[in-house]
Amino acid sequence: MAFPILSVIVFTPIIAGMLILLIPGERKTEIRVTALAAAFFAMILSLWVYFSYDIAAGGYQFVEKYNWLPQLGISFHVGVDGMSAPLVLLTGIVMFTGVLISWGIDDRPREFFAFLFILASGVFGVFCALDLFGLLFFYEIAVFPMYLLISIWGWKVTREYAAMKLTLYLFIGSVISLVGILAMYFSSGLNTFDMLALENANFSPEFQRFWFPFVFLGFAVLGGIFPFHNWSPDGHVAAPTAVSMFHAGVLMKLGAFAALRVGIMLLPEGAQFHMPWVILLALVNVVYGAYIAMVQTDFKYVIGFSSVSHMGLVMMGFATLNREGMMGAGIQMFSHGIMTALFFAVVGMVYDQAHTREIPKLAGFSKFMPLVTAAFLVGGLVSMGMPAFSGFIAEFPIFLGVWQEQPWIAILASISIVITASYIIRIISKVFFGQLPEELHGHIHDVTVLDKVALGVLSVILIVIGVYPTIMVPLVESGVNNVLRLLGGA
Amino acid sequence: MDIPNNLLSLILFTPTVLGLLILILPKDEINLTRWVAFLGSLIPFALSLVLWFNFNPNLPGFQFQEQYVWYGAINSSYHVGVDGISLTMVLLTTLLTPLAILASYTIKDRVKAYMFFFLALETGMLGVFLSLDLLLFFVFWEIGLVPMYFLINQWGSEKGEREIWGGRKVQARTYASFKFMIYTMAGSLGLLLAIQMIGLLANTFDMPILFERIGTLEEGTLMGFPVSTVKAVAFWAFVIAFAIKVPVWPFHTWLPDAHTEAPTAGSMILAGVLLKLGAYGFLRLVLPLYPTEARYYAGVLAFLATMAIIFGALASWGQTDFKRLVAYSSVNHMGFVVLGVAAAAFATGTQNAVLALNGAVLQMFNHGLSAAGMFFLVGVIYERTHTRDLNEYGGLFRLIPVYGGILIFTSMGSLGIPGLGGFISEFLVVRGSWPIFTLFTALSMIGLFFTGAYILKSIKQVLHGPLNEHWIGHLSEINAREVFIITPLMVLMLVIGIWPTWILGVINRAVSMLFG
Amino acid sequence: MSSIDPSMILAILPEIGIVLLALIVLGYDLAVGEDRKRALGWLTAGGLAVIFILALALGQPGTTSVPVWGGMLRWDWLGFTFSLLFIFGAAVTSLFAMEVKQLGRRGEFYLLLLIATLGMTLMASSADLIMLFLAIETTSIPLYILAGFYKTDNKSTESGFKYLLFGAMTSAVMLYGFSLLYGFTGTTDLYQITEAAQNGELPLTLALGTLILVLVGFGFKVSAVPFHFWAPDVYEGAPTPVAGFLSTASKAAGFAVLMRFLLVVYGGADIIPYWVIVIAALSVFSMTLGNALALAQKNIKRLLAYSSIAHAGYALIGVAVFSTFGIAAVVFYLIAYVVTNLAAFGVVATFWRTSGSDEIADYAALSRRAPGLALAMMVAFLSLAGMPPLGGFVAKVFVFAAAVKANFVWLAVIGVLNSIVGLYYYLIVLKVVYLYRSEDEDKPVPITRPYALALTVLVIGIILLGTLFAPWFDWASSAAAALF
Repeated sequence: MAFPILSVIVFTPIIAGMLILLIPGERKTEIRVTALAAAFFAMILSLWVYFSYDIAAGGYQFVEKYNWLPQLGISFHVGVDGMSAPLVLLTGIVMFTGVLISWGIDDRPREFFAFLFILASGVFGVFCALDLFGLLFFYEIAVFPMYLLISIWGWKVTREYAAMKLTLYLFIGSVISLVGILAMYFSSGLNTFDMLALENANFSPEFQRFWFPFVFLGFAVLGGIFPFHNWSPDGHVAAPTAVSMFHAGVLMKLGAFAALRVGIMLLPEGAQFHMPWVILLALVNVVYGAYIAMVQTDFKYVIGFSSVSHMGLVMMGFATLNREGMMGAGIQMFSHGIMTALFFAVVGMVYDQAHTREIPKLAGFSKFMPLVTAAFLVGGLVSMGMPAFSGFIAEFPIFLGVWQEQPWIAILASISIVITASYIIRIISKVFFGQLPEELHGHIHDVTVLDKVALGVLSVILIVIGVYPTIMVPLVESGVNNVLRLLGGA
Repeated sequence: MDIPNNLLSLILFTPTVLGLLILILPKDEINLTRWVAFLGSLIPFALSLVLWFNFNPNLPGFQFQEQYVWYGAINSSYHVGVDGISLTMVLLTTLLTPLAILASYTIKDRVKAYMFFFLALETGMLGVFLSLDLLLFFVFWEIGLVPMYFLINQWGSEKGEREIWGGRKVQARTYASFKFMIYTMAGSLGLLLAIQMIGLLANTFDMPILFERIGTLEEGTLMGFPVSTVKAVAFWAFVIAFAIKVPVWPFHTWLPDAHTEAPTAGSMILAGVLLKLGAYGFLRLVLPLYPTEARYYAGVLAFLATMAIIFGALASWGQTDFKRLVAYSSVNHMGFVVLGVAAAAFATGTQNAVLALNGAVLQMFNHGLSAAGMFFLVGVIYERTHTRDLNEYGGLFRLIPVYGGILIFTSMGSLGIPGLGGFISEFLVVRGSWPIFTLFTALSMIGLFFTGAYILKSIKQVLHGPLNEHWIGHLSEINAREVFIITPLMVLMLVIGIWPTWILGVINRAVSMLFG
Repeated sequence: MSSIDPSMILAILPEIGIVLLALIVLGYDLAVGEDRKRALGWLTAGGLAVIFILALALGQPGTTSVPVWGGMLRWDWLGFTFSLLFIFGAAVTSLFAMEVKQLGRRGEFYLLLLIATLGMTLMASSADLIMLFLAIETTSIPLYILAGFYKTDNKSTESGFKYLLFGAMTSAVMLYGFSLLYGFTGTTDLYQITEAAQNGELPLTLALGTLILVLVGFGFKVSAVPFHFWAPDVYEGAPTPVAGFLSTASKAAGFAVLMRFLLVVYGGADIIPYWVIVIAALSVFSMTLGNALALAQKNIKRLLAYSSIAHAGYALIGVAVFSTFGIAAVVFYLIAYVVTNLAAFGVVATFWRTSGSDEIADYAALSRRAPGLALAMMVAFLSLAGMPPLGGFVAKVFVFAAAVKANFVWLAVIGVLNSIVGLYYYLIVLKVVYLYRSEDEDKPVPITRPYALALTVLVIGIILLGTLFAPWFDWASSAAAALF
């Protein structure tokens, strides 16, 4: 039997988390090293999956299926295609760099890493899931650890409020999708939750049109779709750095991805029917998110709203339901994931030393943290969609796709590019260049080697994809083909 | 000698590799950094000379082509190549960069980062000229923006303040760099959208293929709009983007600030090469892809060019800031380029068009030399006097005669005196566009008149007249390094002026084959 | 008289075992001195474990529901499953009670516990009105006493008394309903009443009337709204292990009886729509009111009381949809709920031993004082909230699925919305435990062996029910099948 690599990837974090819980709380170094080892292991495996995926063959690979509750047609069924393989890799990378960045957490690191790893398992599970019950199961596992992670280790001022708001919002979204999923399960008459079977279920057009909004919006809440995005900025800001990296970098992709897998792929006619207004909502995300980011004075809120804006591009790409748009969306999920992880890591490093995130009070950090500045610059350029970086590789096809559906929306969305450029430049100039303010003299020093490694890894990835897109594009393209074959018939 | 197959890629990426190399040099070894940068930047120059001498001007189409898969999923490839027009531009770029780097020896702060940005900028500019794929073109176009922004923002002139909305005061260089970035990006936005439209329409981004196919794309609709509408919209998007870069009046307002606040070497490159990107865009993309629309709107373009020539000159004449004066002179000189392009657009295929275009391309090259030279010389005097106010100079010829002589020579080159290159190019433009746009050409003579006026005025204010006592004993003569920098420029201006064939021949062949 | 069939002995194997154990416990208590009284708890728990294993090994029923003992009882998977559940609950409760001074050393406590358990197992298997009533009373009376076991504590006495009064009143109403049923059909055997009803001897209006009366009693047992008023006060005042037992085993017993009664006696096609509506209404009110009132609670036992009212509501969804899948979902839900709620109350009991307080605010920084206990609490509360990979999640999914399948989507939606409210107050408690600081932070909370054992078993159970749930669901399905 083939090595069950996907199961190992999915369960490694949670098992590692449970092992970590058994280590006595005072042995902080052992805890951190165990966490890092587990994260590294998962990342290596995800790299293996990414590069050994057979693009020519396409479809779902590394498939495993075990009985779970045959009576109701529930099975533990996992596999990856071209869309999910990059996301699995993304999770591995963010997990690894997140552990590096969290090395300095001193208050109960054991519980921190344990909860973080439960979250990671949930995320892996959703990306690999090919069974609706399993998808929902792992989706919810990814929700509740956020509450504890944010409320315990987050920013004291807003963490309780932000954690509760985030958890309730996401939970509401997921249970709405649950109802939709149950409806699909019973209406298909196939007595199975298996997504591959349900792809051929032939739901009636009326059924699809009715249930699509529930399923799509339920998951898209986690993707930050307007007007249900409100949990995201506060959640981002209140969370500790590694959690923000996970949250914006991976979790929001979970929402968009689940919306794709369950909403678009299983209810294609419903998708086609509702796309006009979905694309409109995504547009609001993109432009409004960028605009709000521009007027923030708290560094982290800028990044938080920028995430809302960039996720809007992902959803816009999906909403086009054509090859270019979806391909761009797939790449954007990965690119934005890495980029935003980088951003939040940098914000965390600045905050750790300056103890403020108010932009007017920050300046001159490039003198003390040159690598951090360079990394943030790379991230900023990606965010602006600057060519030679992954952001451009992602955003260009999205716009191509949107042109084909609604040219006006493409034009309006491109306004966000200018807005994004302006606030990114503003931040870089203000925070990193200029003169260090009086109060901060003597308090700012360079970051640790581990931090630098993390930033380096993230930056290099962004540049490599930008300069050599072939490393990712064909894979995502094959994933898009996997989606389009379901839309073709309708 | 066996020419390497990927000569163009070598030229293109050597600066980047060099830049990365510089990043890992030790921070304190400033001298090492400078010399590595300078000597390294001579490599692309040497390679482009090899390119020049192995280029066959008589062959149509693009030479030294390379094509590799890049972003296959959307039909874009890494496709580069040169023809006569781009070859001159490449030569200009690789020539000016080492000189500008040498001119940057006075920069003492964060030299590593400075050099890195400079070299990255060079790759960006070269990429635009060498690119034969629309998407790749756009990529390199954008790449040129960010290093320039930082060069102005971080190493630009330290004095000066501007007020922005809300009454807040920011440094002049911050204002200038931001304005530059946003202005250019706004233009790029239209460019991006237009490129997307073209890409969708033709299902490829490859320029040679597009040039062939563009005539046959008249049928059908794209997204509900007739193709002609799509093309018209794309045409204007391209035009505006390039017009901002050139800059064509009235999209020029970013230029005076950016040029003035940039560090000396930055201004040299900005005026010397970056402006040419816009003009190149017109030649390479607008004219071949949209011949009908270009012809239709050529009059408008010529009008704007004339305005640029006249107002640019008038504005120069009114300046008291030496650097700003030279900045406006760029608007003035680039106006001639645009006039030539407009004439060619209107009367494609005629002898006049060819003449005008010859003039335009040569003017691009000449202005590159003279503008870089002028900005450099302004920089030289600024280093010593720490002021750019013309009123504060006076009679300096007595103190620094060598500099004075060089300044006069270069200014004459800028003015377009016969015997120096500028004359040839301006003459060709005027000769070519006179039969086509008589009125505009006539009006532009006014501009030419004021060009003489401001050049002479600036020379007078700096060098002649009563000696300003203040400077006695405080002014050192131009040094060897600086002479080394300005000399190639002067030599080239002279050579082109008296024996233009070596370059004009290449240009002429290329232009004739493309537009004749 | 028919000879006694060996299978009939096997059918009541649990009951026999419990009676024997009760006698042993009583004897041990009389025989042994004060210092060895602690072993009573181990004895009870161990004995129950033995009964559990024996019943599992020897007492499994067949696939059809078989009347035994003259039709008084039914030997089927429904009764069997629930009996095992009650035995498990009692064992855990005795472990929890062991270390509590006023409870653990008193033989009477264990005796009453065992008697109550006996009553419950009989309730689950009852097939006759009289047997049913006897069983209910056998369960309730010891529970009244257990609730008021702290003789010197006013709250406890009050709770016991309140429980008694409520229980007695509702029992009386229920008995009246039983008597009417007997009057009209002439038989006390549930299954014969069904036949009589189908033959037309029980007119619709009367059936409905008796239904309402009977529901009063069952509703009380299940603590569904509007028969819930006793629950918060009783849970708060009663000793915590007893409250745990009440909220789980006793409630489950009520459900067992409810389901059997409804599906058997009122299983006729014409009456089903009516009681479906009634049950659905009860469900909605229980969920909504329970969750709404839980929001305001500051005492953890009261919060758990309202929470258990809400959970009764969720379980009733499955009853309301009247399908095999629905009943299976209910049974699974109850299994998960029993294990979860016992864990929750167990944590409360453990904490109370050290701090003497049941106020939520006093739980602050529990995660620092006793990380393991806090984790157990987290598992329990998240299971109550319905989060994977815990049993509560799977249970809720099944119950909602049953509703959707039967086209009761609106009911599922209400359930879903209520879950959201529930999540909120469970998270608030966890927030207090994990986030808040307190001056008592460095005082550890000792967890003695019985508590540790019980909590470990429960936590593992919750996780198993949430991950490897296939065997449990099969059991639940068999139980449901027995009723159709």
